[in-house]
Amino acid sequence: MSDSDNIQSEARDSTRTIIHIAGLHKWFGDFHVLKDINLDVARGERIVICGPSGSGKSTLIRCINRLEEHQRGKIVVDNIELTNDIKHIEKIRAEVGMVFQHFNLFPHLSILENLTLGPIWVRKVPRAEAEQTAMYFLEKVHIADQARKYPGQLSGGQQQRVAIARSLCMKPKVMLFDEPTSALDPEMVKEVLDVMIELAEEGMTMLVVSHEMGFARSVAHRVLFMDFGQIVEENTPEEFFSQPRHERTKLFLSQILH
Amino acid sequence: MDTPVHQPAQIEVKPPVTSVGVLGWVRQNLFNGPLNTVLTILVLFALVKIIPPLVGWALVHSVWTGTGDDCRAADGACWAVVTSNVRFILFGFYPYDQQWRPLSCAVLIVVLFLYSSKPSRWGRGLAVAWGVGLVTMGVLMPGGVLGLEPVDPGLWSGISLTLLLSLFGLTAAYPLGVLLALGRQSKLPAIKVISVLYIELIRGVPLISMLFMASVMFPLFLPEGITVNKILRAQAAIILFTAAYIAEVVRGGLQAIPRGQFEAAESLGLDYYQKMRLIVLPQALKIVIPPTVSILISAFKDTSLVVIIGLFDLLKTTQVTLSNPEWMGFSPEAFLFIAVLYFLGCFSMSNFSRRIEKALAR
Repeated sequence: MSDSDNIQSEARDSTRTIIHIAGLHKWFGDFHVLKDINLDVARGERIVICGPSGSGKSTLIRCINRLEEHQRGKIVVDNIELTNDIKHIEKIRAEVGMVFQHFNLFPHLSILENLTLGPIWVRKVPRAEAEQTAMYFLEKVHIADQARKYPGQLSGGQQQRVAIARSLCMKPKVMLFDEPTSALDPEMVKEVLDVMIELAEEGMTMLVVSHEMGFARSVAHRVLFMDFGQIVEENTPEEFFSQPRHERTKLFLSQILH
Repeated sequence: MDTPVHQPAQIEVKPPVTSVGVLGWVRQNLFNGPLNTVLTILVLFALVKIIPPLVGWALVHSVWTGTGDDCRAADGACWAVVTSNVRFILFGFYPYDQQWRPLSCAVLIVVLFLYSSKPSRWGRGLAVAWGVGLVTMGVLMPGGVLGLEPVDPGLWSGISLTLLLSLFGLTAAYPLGVLLALGRQSKLPAIKVISVLYIELIRGVPLISMLFMASVMFPLFLPEGITVNKILRAQAAIILFTAAYIAEVVRGGLQAIPRGQFEAAESLGLDYYQKMRLIVLPQALKIVIPPTVSILISAFKDTSLVVIIGLFDLLKTTQVTLSNPEWMGFSPEAFLFIAVLYFLGCFSMSNFSRRIEKALAR
């Protein structure tokens, strides 16, 4: 507990803070999706965000790399503020890795080409070096033997691990996971979670939208519970699961923890 | 005591003779029911009536060389109208002793086309080959350099004009169409409005009227003393016209690409041009290969419409040949000849597209 308190107090220190979100509001048309979100993420911190569908949790992390535009409030990532300036946006996107629910690998490129594309075109890394890095990360997600195949030839779990490796090749400072296991067949969830746990053990800063409570319990520093566009509860995993403070959280936990 | 083991008897019965082999096929496909039997008999009757006279006309009684009078004396096809006039039909008014130049250009195009038909050969080498080829054609046709006698573009005619209008028309219209499709999807209002207006205006006008505008109206807007070559104007009209159609087809392909592909490209930090060039267009253009090739094929055939503004393409040189009193009345033979040429062009294009599709399929 004291450990996570440390991290929270350190989070306020700007050199330790990698993501700073203050007074964030977002509307889809008339629908108010995000209401006054305030969140600071420290370097090396791992946060799991959960909540019922439609609560705005995916929208929140999609705002961090500007896949969604926010209308009010401030988002600062790695000391760069997100504005309409496309150069800022592209810089932040290069530093922030994103893993999607539906993998979104590029079907016309081989696995290796999927991994080297970003480094070669955005980071301007020479091809040979990019391929070396790619093979290193494919090794890490235990899938190096599939490098010459195409995404369509891989299973869902394998595709998601490739997607994680694709983000890692950019050497990101933060990784965002948008429900990474919810489109997978049950027997493939574990192989993806194992990769994410290994990543966590290496100290990667991670924001994970997920309902994998076991993962949250073992890996997260903090768990956020969102409902109706607000962060309802913010707690350490131990307390979040044993003594949730809010009624909404209790109800939600009772529904997903059967 | 050994009890006899009962084994199922190995019965081998051959299928009835009427269900296999030629007889079986005929029975199953041509005579399976009263309607099909009647249709088969009718078709057989029609073939018997048509084929022998056709062969007689085209091959047995035909005249392959000679004059118009030789043809009139015979009662078969007059292929002489083609063989005696082939150089005019193909090269028109291009100076007679210089016709090796358009001929080598046409051969060059065919060779480059055939060479490109194998996807494994695509690469830098092929691009260089096409570049060199185009420059060679650009030197050979007008001449005036390297000791080549200059030839006025007004004399370019026949198949060289058809190939020129098609080759440059299609290769320029395709990228322009892709740009227009991207423009129509653009978030910038000005670019979007211009693209939509362009596409809708051009698609709302027949190609013939565009050609008339290019040949009659356009010069009125030019300051006195300045003229733009008539071929160039027709070429521009064909490019602008075809591009509008390609744009709409490509837009369909762009819409078929899932949003996740755009988001994944963006989340890697790719900028707009990288995202489109590396991720979106390769997938979108592949999807729309079949309709794109349809448009290119019809554009190739539509180049024959330039006859109405007085350009001498393949169709016009054929008509001129037929208006010569000596060859009057032999139009079926001459038109069959150019139909075969057009068919070869179109068929190889569709063949080419099928190869590309196959090579890109996974």
